[in-house]
Amino acid sequence: MSGERVADIWGPRAPFPSGASWPRRVDQYLVDGVAEADVQEWVRGACLLCSNGCGLEVAVRDGRMVGVRGRAEDRVNHGRLGPKGLYGWQGQQYDRLTTPLIREGGRLVETDWETAMAAVVGRSRSLLETKGPLSHAFYTSGQLMLEEYYTLCVIGKAGIGTPHMDGNTRLCTATAASAFQESFGSDGQPGSYTDVDSCDALFLFGHNVAETQTVLWTRMLDRLDAGDPPRLVCVDPRRTKVAERATVHLPVRNGTNLAVMNALVHELIARGWVNEGYVRTHTVGFDELDRLTRDATPEWAAEICGVPARDIRAAAEIFGTGERVVSTCSMGFYQSHQATAASCQVNNLHLLRGMLGRPGAGILQMNGQPSAENNREAGCGPALPGFRNWDNPDHVRELAELWNVDPLVIPHWSAPTDANAILRFAEQGSIGFLWIAGTNPAVSQTDLARIRRVLSGDQCFVVVSDGYRTETTELADVVLPAALWAEKTGTFTNVDRTVHLQEKAVEPPGQARGDQAIWTDYARRMGFADKDGHPLPAWDTSEQAFEAWKAASAGRPCDYSGLTYQKLHDVGGVQWPCTSEAPNGTERLFTDGVFNTAVEKCETYGHHLATGAPVGETAYRARGVDGRAILKTTAYDHPYEEPDATYPMRLTTGRTVYHWHTRTKTKRSRQLNEAAPAMWVEISAPDAQRLGIAEGDIVRVASRRGSIEAPARISDVREGVIFAPWHYGDPESAANELTLNGWDPVSKQPELKVAAVSVTLIRPGDGPAPAPTTTASAPVRPFADTGRE
Amino acid sequence: MHLVTYLHFLHATEETLSTSYRTVSDGHVADGDVHWTTARFARQCTAHAQALAPVLERCGPADEPAPDRLHAQGMTSTRDGPAGLLRDLLDLYQLTNLVDITWTLVRQAASAIRDRDLIHLTQQYGEETKDQLDWLRMRMKAAAPQTLIVAT
Repeated sequence: MSGERVADIWGPRAPFPSGASWPRRVDQYLVDGVAEADVQEWVRGACLLCSNGCGLEVAVRDGRMVGVRGRAEDRVNHGRLGPKGLYGWQGQQYDRLTTPLIREGGRLVETDWETAMAAVVGRSRSLLETKGPLSHAFYTSGQLMLEEYYTLCVIGKAGIGTPHMDGNTRLCTATAASAFQESFGSDGQPGSYTDVDSCDALFLFGHNVAETQTVLWTRMLDRLDAGDPPRLVCVDPRRTKVAERATVHLPVRNGTNLAVMNALVHELIARGWVNEGYVRTHTVGFDELDRLTRDATPEWAAEICGVPARDIRAAAEIFGTGERVVSTCSMGFYQSHQATAASCQVNNLHLLRGMLGRPGAGILQMNGQPSAENNREAGCGPALPGFRNWDNPDHVRELAELWNVDPLVIPHWSAPTDANAILRFAEQGSIGFLWIAGTNPAVSQTDLARIRRVLSGDQCFVVVSDGYRTETTELADVVLPAALWAEKTGTFTNVDRTVHLQEKAVEPPGQARGDQAIWTDYARRMGFADKDGHPLPAWDTSEQAFEAWKAASAGRPCDYSGLTYQKLHDVGGVQWPCTSEAPNGTERLFTDGVFNTAVEKCETYGHHLATGAPVGETAYRARGVDGRAILKTTAYDHPYEEPDATYPMRLTTGRTVYHWHTRTKTKRSRQLNEAAPAMWVEISAPDAQRLGIAEGDIVRVASRRGSIEAPARISDVREGVIFAPWHYGDPESAANELTLNGWDPVSKQPELKVAAVSVTLIRPGDGPAPAPTTTASAPVRPFADTGRE
Repeated sequence: MHLVTYLHFLHATEETLSTSYRTVSDGHVADGDVHWTTARFARQCTAHAQALAPVLERCGPADEPAPDRLHAQGMTSTRDGPAGLLRDLLDLYQLTNLVDITWTLVRQAASAIRDRDLIHLTQQYGEETKDQLDWLRMRMKAAAPQTLIVAT
C-alpha cells in the first residue's frame, strides 16, 4: 500500500449484519524500500490524527519510524487506519525544531535549553512577584498526553494558582463537555462505538464523519451496505459523503441548528413518540421542554432553516419509530452561537425515547482531537481534574488533599478561564506570561489579524512549545522544541472513552524534549512546592504521572484506577471507567438510568442555555434532580452575524479528509499534501453563475474582519453558503481572517460556522481549484464539462 | 391611579435600557461576549417596550401627576479599559435592576386589579430581565479578580 488510501479513503467494504462483530482488516503502510522483514520492532500505540484513536503499531528500523499497521484486536478500528493515520506520521521526519529559539533584536535565534529556560523562569518569577498568579496563563492542546495535562494542571492550579488554563479543545470539544454536564450532570460519553454495530437508525448532526473520522465512517458504511442497514439522517449544509448516503438529508442554513432541533423535539412530543415511563422516572424538566418547543413546528423551522417541513417530519419519524438509535454530534453544532442548546437537544431526543444505555441506543457527542478528552478530564481546560465541580468546596478539598496544598491556593472562585478570555487578558496585558503548547492559534483562532497583534505585542511574554516552526512560534519570545507522537510514552483517550498507551518508538530529534519533561523542568527551577516543602508536581516520569492521575480519578466518573501501563500494552484500548469492579472497562454509561446529577457528585449546577448564567447551588438543590437527567433547551435566536446587502452570503469553515488542523504534520507528508496542496473556497453552482465565477477562478471573500483570495471550487454546497477549509495559514488566504469574535454562552466555544461575507471575482484561474474531488469538495460537474483541464 | 404612570415609566425605562445595552455593545466590541450579549439584550428590551405599547394605548393618559424626577438616565457613552468595562456593567446592572423591580411592582398591581393579560405579560418579560441580571452578575464576578488585581 504506497498511497492507495488517498484515493480509496475508506477502503474495501466488509458489510456485516446488525449485532455482529465488525470484520477485521489490517491496514499497513511501510515506506518505499522497506519490507516487513526489514522491520526490527513493532511498537504499540494508537493514532493521534483524529479523535477516533485507532490502535496501531509503529514499525521501527535503525532508530527511525518506517511505517505503521493497525491492530486487528483493537476495539476501536479492528485493524483499519485512515489516510492520515497511514501517511501523516511521515511529517514528523521533516523540518523539526531541534533547538530552543529566543528572540533577540526582534529575531528568533537558536539558543540552548539553559538560556531559554532561564529567560522563561526569569520572566515568570518576576511577574509572579510583582503581579501574582493572575498574570500567568497556559493555552494547550487536544493532542498532548494525559500525563502531560495532569502534570501541567498541578503546576498551574497548585504550584502557581492561576485559573487561566485552557486548551484549543475550547475550539473543538468544549460543547460536548458542556452538553453532557447540562444534561447528565457531568462530562463523559454515554455511548460506545459498538452501538453503531447494532443500531437501526443513525443520526449525524453537523458531523462530516466521512472526512473527520474516516475509520468510524468505514464502520458505518459496512453497516449501511449490509442487508439490514440502519436508516441514516444527516444534518449538514454541505452535500457530504454522509449526506449522499442519507435516507433524509437536512441541509439547514448554517446557524439554524437549534431551530431544527427544537422542531424535532416538538415532533416527538406532538406525535407521542415519548417513553413516558422513562421520562417520568429518569428525567426532570419535561414540562419546560414541552413549553419551549410547543410553537417550534416543522413549518416554523422549515422557514428558518431553509429545508422542507416534510423532511423534518420524516427525520422525526425515523427517530420516533427507531428501536435502536445512535446519534453523533460534532463541529457543525459545536462551533456555533447556540451550540450547547442544540447539542443538549440531541441528548433530549434520546432521553425522551429512553434511547441510551443499551446496545445500539447511544449518544456520541464527538471530540475533534485525539486527546481532547484528557484535557477535559485532567484539569487543563474547562474543569477541575476528575470532572470535579469548582463550585463544590468538598471537591476542591479533595484536590487540596491529593496535592497537599491549602484549598485557597486552588482557584475556585469562578469557572476556569476560557481561551477567549485568556487571549483578551493577554491583549490587555493583564496576562503578561502566556505559555502555548502544541497548538497554532495564529491559524486556528477566529479573527487572525487580532490574534497576531495579541501574540506579537510587547504587553505579553509568549512561550511556545512545538515540534515545528509555525505561524505562532514566529510571534513568540521563546520557542521550545517538543517531542512528538511515538517519541515519548503516555496515554490518551478517544471519543468513546477508550484509553490507549502510546509507547516510545524513537528518540526525539536534536534537543527536543517531551512536554512533561519541559514543564517539570520549569516547575523545579521555579521551586513549586506543597505545604511541607516537597516539590510539586511530586513525580518525574510519565508512569508516575499516570499513577498520580489514577488516584485523582478514583471514585469520579472518569475512574482510571483499574488501568496500568502493562494492561494497556497487553490489551490495547480499554474504556473508562476501569476499576477493580470493572477491570475490563465499561462499555456504556447510565445503563441503569441513574445520572451524575446528585448534588455531591455533579460537575456543575448547570447554566441558563440562553445566557450562560449559572443556575447556582441553591436553585439546583431545590430542584431535587438527584440522579435524574435534565431536559433543557432555549428559544432559537439568529446567529450573531446575518447576511445583509454588503455581506450577502454565509461563510462556514471546516476540514478536509487529508489534513489535520493547521497542517504542521500533514503538509509534510507527501501523499497527504499532494492530495490537498493549497487553499480553496467552495461556492454553489447558482451563486457561481450569478457572480460570473467558473471553476478555479480566483475570488475574493471579504467579511467585516478581513478578506482573502483563493481559487473557487463550484461544489454542492448549499446556495448562499461559502465553505472555506481552515487548514491553510497564509494571511492572504486563511479562512479565519474572516471569522468573528463571538462564542456560545455556555461552552464558550467560538462561532466558526457563520460569518457574513461578500464574494467577488478577481481574475480567471489557470485550472480547477486544488480541492480534493473525492469528498464533499467534489466539483458539481466533471472538469471535462467545465471547459478546463 | 398611578399604575398608568408606572406603565409609562416601565416602557420608557425599557427603552432607556435598550439604548444603554446598545451603547455598551458598540463600545466594547473587543470583548466578544459583552458585545454580542448586550446587543441581544438591547433587542429584548425593545421587544419588551413594544409589548407594553398596546397596554399603554388601552390605558390612555395617566390621570394623576407623575412623581418628580420619574425617569432614570441611560448610558450615552462607554468607559475605556477593563476597569471601565466593569463600571459600565455596573451601570447596566443598576438600570436592569430598576426594570426588574418595576416589572414586579406592575405585576403586584396587575394582580390586585385582576388583569390577566397584564399578569401574563409581566411573567413573560420579567423572566428575560432576570436572565439579564444573572448574566451581568456572572460576567462581573468573572471579571472582578483580573480587573481589580492585575489590570492596568
